[in-house]
Amino acid sequence: MQKNAYFKGLTIPFLLLLPQLVITALFFYWPASQAVWQSFLLEDAFGTSTEFVWFENYQTLFSDPGYLRAFINTIVFSTAVCVLSLSIALLLAVMADRQLRGGEIYKTLLIWPYAVAPAVAGVLWIFMFDPSLGMLGRGLLSLGIGWNPRLNGHDAMLLVILAATWKQISYNFLFFLAGLQAIPKSVIEAAVIDGARPMRRFWTIVFPLLSPTTFFLLVVNIVYVFFDTFGIIDTVTGGGPSGATETLVYKVFADGKGGSNLGGSAAQSVVLLIMVIGLTAVQFRFIERKVSY
Amino acid sequence: MTMKSRVLMSAAVFALASASPALAQTEIQWWHALTGANNDVVVKLAEDFNASQKDYKVVPVYKGSYPDTLNAGIAAFRAGQAPHILQVFEVGTGTMMSAKGAIKPVHQLMKDAGEKFDPKAYLPAITGYYSTAKGEMLSMPFNSSSMVMWYNKDAFRKAGLNPDAPPKTWPEVFEAGKKLKAAGWDKCGFTNAWAPWANIEQFGAWHNIPLSTKVNGMDGFDAVMNFNQSPLFLKHWTNLAELQKDKTYDYSGRTNNGEGRFTSGECPIMLTSSGFFGNVRANAKFDWANAAMPYYPEAAGAPQNSIIGGASLWVMGGKKPDEYKGVAKFFTFLSDVDRQVKLHTESGYLPITKAAYEKVKASGFYKDKPYLETPILELNNKAPTDNSKGLRYGSLVQIRDIWSEELEAALNGQKSPKAALDAAVERGNQMLRQFERTASR
Repeated sequence: MQKNAYFKGLTIPFLLLLPQLVITALFFYWPASQAVWQSFLLEDAFGTSTEFVWFENYQTLFSDPGYLRAFINTIVFSTAVCVLSLSIALLLAVMADRQLRGGEIYKTLLIWPYAVAPAVAGVLWIFMFDPSLGMLGRGLLSLGIGWNPRLNGHDAMLLVILAATWKQISYNFLFFLAGLQAIPKSVIEAAVIDGARPMRRFWTIVFPLLSPTTFFLLVVNIVYVFFDTFGIIDTVTGGGPSGATETLVYKVFADGKGGSNLGGSAAQSVVLLIMVIGLTAVQFRFIERKVSY
Repeated sequence: MTMKSRVLMSAAVFALASASPALAQTEIQWWHALTGANNDVVVKLAEDFNASQKDYKVVPVYKGSYPDTLNAGIAAFRAGQAPHILQVFEVGTGTMMSAKGAIKPVHQLMKDAGEKFDPKAYLPAITGYYSTAKGEMLSMPFNSSSMVMWYNKDAFRKAGLNPDAPPKTWPEVFEAGKKLKAAGWDKCGFTNAWAPWANIEQFGAWHNIPLSTKVNGMDGFDAVMNFNQSPLFLKHWTNLAELQKDKTYDYSGRTNNGEGRFTSGECPIMLTSSGFFGNVRANAKFDWANAAMPYYPEAAGAPQNSIIGGASLWVMGGKKPDEYKGVAKFFTFLSDVDRQVKLHTESGYLPITKAAYEKVKASGFYKDKPYLETPILELNNKAPTDNSKGLRYGSLVQIRDIWSEELEAALNGQKSPKAALDAAVERGNQMLRQFERTASR
C-alpha cells in the first residue's frame, strides 16, 4: 500500500499550501521584518525624520543599566510564574481527577479565570491588595505587616507574580486534567495491586505519563510570561516602584507606546524574539528527549 | 434582483447617504481624551458650535487616555488619516512642537484663516506653556489646571490644627503631618499625587529654580538638566525620604491613581491637580478646602508662580484651507468670554482669557468657592521667570518615568537622595540627547 500521496509538478501542492503561507507571511514574517527594519532606525514619533543608524539602538540598549535590570526581573518573574502556575494547576488537577460530589462545579469554576483579560486580572488583584483600597491589603496592614507595593519592590513583584500565576492556573489545569484522564486506568490499577501507595503511583506512573502535557504547558507558559503579561504589570504596578517590576516585554511596551521611542522599542522586540526562539529550541532539543509519548 | 446588483445598490445608497451632509458641511474631527463629566463638556461644546453656524460640523471622538489619544494621533498621521484637532496633554508638548511638518501652529492658523486673534487676550501663565520663546502660540489651551494642596478640615480640627489657616511652608506641613499622624492618621500624614510633577516640575517653578539650561528647554532642544545642583532640591528629597520612614509622608504613586487616598479620608493633606475638584466634591464625605502649594521660606523670592498641567488642542498639518477656516472659527468660539466663564465655573477648568477671569471675579463667584481661584492665584502669583514659564522636553513621558523611578529609589532607601537626584538628572539628559538628534533635523 502506498502511504505517501504524491503530486505531479509543484502547482497543486503550492496552491494547497498557499492559504497557510499567506497567513504566516502576512501575520508573522511581515511584522517581524518590520520590527527588524525599525530597530535600525532613529526616528521621531511622527516619522517626519528618519535616520539609518545601524546597530546604535542595540548599543544604547545594552549600555542601559535599566535593561539589565529588566532581564533579571524577567528571569525572576517568569521562573516564579511558571513554577507556581504549573505546580498549583497540577495539584488541583490531581485533586479534581476523581469521583467527587459536585466535581463538575469545581472544574467549571477553576476554568473561569482563563476568560479574564490580563489587564482586568491585574485590576482585580489591585482591588484586593492595594494598601488603601484593597480588603486584603488593608487586612495585611492591620495585622502589622508592612505591606506597601507602591514603594517596596519585593511586595510589588510578589503581587504581579500572584496575579499572573492566578490567570494562568486555569489553562494549565484544563490541560493537566485532560492529560490525567487520558492515562489508562489499568496501569494504575496494576500498581495498586502491586501495593504502590498514592504518592509512589503519582511519581512513578502518573507524572511520567503526563510528561507530554507538562512539556507542552511549559512551552506555552514561557511564551505567556514573556509576552502576555504586560497588561497585568501595566495595571498593577506600571513597572514600578523604581523599575522593580519592569520586565523585558513591559519595557518594549512602555518605551514604544508611552515613550514613542520606536527604534529602541523595536530593538528590544528583536532581542526578545531571539531569546524566545532560542529558549523554545533548547526546550525541544533537550527537554523533549526526556518526554515519553 | 440578483445578489450582486443588490449589494451594489445598497452600497450606492449608503455612499449617497453618507456623502450628502458632507456636501453641505465641512466636517472637523476632534480627537480627545476626556471621560465622564468632562466628556459631556466636550460634546456640549461641539453641539453648541454646530448649532451656532451651518458651514462646519465639529465631530468629537473619544480616543482613550491621554497617551492613547496621542498615540492614536501619531498613528493616524503616519497613515495619512490625522484628525483636524488633537487634544494632547502638556507632557506631549515637546513631541508635538518638534514635529514641524505634522502640525499647524495656532498663530499661523488664525492668520491664514483671517480670524481675529489677539494673543494678549489670553492669560500668559497658561498660553506661555504652549508658545514659542518668541511668544507665538502653538496650540490652543483647553483644559488647564495647576497643582494645589488639598486638605481635610475635619482632620485638622481633630489634630488641633486651625482648619482656616492651612500650613504655608514645607516645615509647617511637616509639623502638621506629625500632628495628624499622632491624631490617628498614622498611615499617611501628607502625600502627593503626580510625584514627578509635584516634586520636580512644580517644585522648581514655585521656588524659581531652573530644571535645565535653555529656559527649561523652551529655548531649544539642546537643554541640559542641572536641578541636582540645587541644594533646595536635595533638602526637599532628603526631607521626604526621612519622613517616609515613619509614614508622616507616604508616597502615592506617579499618576493620580492615589488620589482616592484623600477622598477616602486616609491622607488628610494631598498635593495634586486643581482638576481634582470634581472628584472631591462628589466623593469626599468631610469638610475640605485647598490652599497654595507649600514652599521653603529660605528660598529667595519663593513662592514664585506655579505652572499648568492639563491639555491643549493641536491642529494637525496637511489639511485643506477650508477645513482650517472651520478650526479657526471653532477656536474663536472657544475663546468667547461668556463661554469661558461657563466652562470655568461649571467644570473647574481654568479660564484661558483674562476677560473671562475678570468677569468671574467681579461676579463674586470666588467668595463662595475660593478653591476654584487658588490655582489662578498661584499661576499669577508673580510674573513668570525663565525658571517658571513651564518646561519643554521631548520624551517627557519617559523622563517623568525616570524621575519617578529615582524618587522611589530615594524614598525606599535603595539610594541616597543625592545619588537619586544625580541619577534623575543624568538619565534625563540621556533622553534629551537622544531626542535632540531626531528633533533637530
